[in-house]
Amino acid sequence: MGVAMTGKTVTRAQLSEAVYQEVGLSRNESAELVESVLEEIAQSLSRDEVVKISSFGSFLVRQKGERIGRNPKTGEEVPILPRKVLVFRPSHVLKNRINEGLGGDAG
Amino acid sequence: MTKSELIMRLAEANPHLYQRDVERIVSAIFDEISDALASGDRVELRGFGAFSVKKRDARVGRNPRTGDSVPVQEKFVPFFKTGKQLRDRINDG
Repeated sequence: MGVAMTGKTVTRAQLSEAVYQEVGLSRNESAELVESVLEEIAQSLSRDEVVKISSFGSFLVRQKGERIGRNPKTGEEVPILPRKVLVFRPSHVLKNRINEGLGGDAG
Repeated sequence: MTKSELIMRLAEANPHLYQRDVERIVSAIFDEISDALASGDRVELRGFGAFSVKKRDARVGRNPRTGDSVPVQEKFVPFFKTGKQLRDRINDG
């Protein structure tokens, strides 16, 4: 369902490059800082905290209760255990930017 | 944790950096992700998750107060899929 515009994929390498271009750090240290940012967010989320990055969006952990699922192949009923899921709620700023960029309507 | 708390934590862990540089670093990362999504690109961060853009087709919506039909234009929404490693960490934590 994702739109294939240019079909490029950005990875840690490009994020490190952006940090490298922004501040006068070595490429190695830039890469380490990208990792530290992701690690701080992951740690915060594993303590069930909400992570709110203004003008980007929020990450929050939701608790899901147990429910009965079905093996789609066999039709057999299987319990889905209670678990936590991570939800990303994009900010309006991000939604608007994406729609300006891709020519849709954010409203 | 807010963005400014994230910046504070990183600044504490990296005392050799000025706090304003840590601010620029954090902003550069999220700006890069936003720029990529605004160009329709994916952002894949192994172990953490992947950001992508999904297209929502135009549809006929309703004003919930009046019940009137209103056309809703096609739009693009950002989407995040949690990486396996992060999903496991959240459930162990």
